[in-house]
Amino acid sequence: MNNNVLCPECEAEVSLDANVMQGEILVCPDCGVDLEVITTDPIAVEIAPMEEEDWGE
Amino acid sequence: MKKRLHIGVLYSRVRVEEKWIFGALEKRGVDYERLDDRKIKFDLDRPEAWLKFDAVLERSISYSRGLNTMYILNAWGTPTINTAKVAEACGNKLITSTSLAQAGVPQPRNMIAFTPESAIEAIEQMGYPVVLKPVVGSWGRLLAKINDRDAAEALLEHKTVLGSYQHSIFYIQEFIKKPGRDIRAVVVGDKVVTAIYRKSEHWITNTARGGEGEICLITPEIEELCLKATQAVGGGVLAVDLIEDDHRGLLVNEINHTMEFHTLQPTTNVNIGELIVDYSIQLAREKKEAGS
Repeated sequence: MNNNVLCPECEAEVSLDANVMQGEILVCPDCGVDLEVITTDPIAVEIAPMEEEDWGE
Repeated sequence: MKKRLHIGVLYSRVRVEEKWIFGALEKRGVDYERLDDRKIKFDLDRPEAWLKFDAVLERSISYSRGLNTMYILNAWGTPTINTAKVAEACGNKLITSTSLAQAGVPQPRNMIAFTPESAIEAIEQMGYPVVLKPVVGSWGRLLAKINDRDAAEALLEHKTVLGSYQHSIFYIQEFIKKPGRDIRAVVVGDKVVTAIYRKSEHWITNTARGGEGEICLITPEIEELCLKATQAVGGGVLAVDLIEDDHRGLLVNEINHTMEFHTLQPTTNVNIGELIVDYSIQLAREKKEAGS
């Protein structure tokens, strides 16, 4: 399976681990934007939602 | 033949904690479903689609989505970890403090005011420095240490003008001079399972703000205080933050109901993910047996 995707922000090639999960957040090594894994088959990412005021633990 | 348990896990993002939880559920052979809090919806007169869950573990990063989901599920009789009442008491600092005060749990002095004028009076009654915190918020965000009246006036005006109505609920806390660390202890049910010191040169020691973890021995004092604090908010799977005061000893600073443990688990080698899953399985099993 091809685990490389293009960053939607800067078009850098981002390499993902083989065991990546849907919903996981990655950081683009080139532009630093947070990417969310939308599907794993096929691999697709989108820019992750921005942190909101009520987020936390 | 016994039917398999079915557990839902509500999440916003798959962080390392969620990966550990999913891994533990798979290891235990539990049938589970991942529930993305951006995609779920409820028809309040038709709970059928949700009644398949024997329990739901809440791991939302969003306080409001998690809390409201737990309210609905609890109303339908579905056990949740934690309950809506516990989530509400922990996610809102004002409710946490009133619950702790009612139970006689030692905590820093807190005052509440609703206008900048009454807030200034409260701050000066308490004496500088004080800490202003949003009643709902986490990861050490928007905490402000106020050293004098000029700063207090400026900050209160900014909060009133620029913030939502929630930022005009002024939660004022005495500043505790910590010894460069605080303590985070994890409580699962009626057991304090592990604890770490969170060290930082900064007065905010949250690991989300760069605080580092180190194993903390669970003394009888820590154990008793943590159990009393978690019982005060309703109990469950909770993380208690303690601060050490020179004169009064340990004080409970806050209690977290969907705690992160990315620092705690590797530091202590205690498998928090598995403990959370085992607690959830126990609740799910009790529900299933009661219904059969």
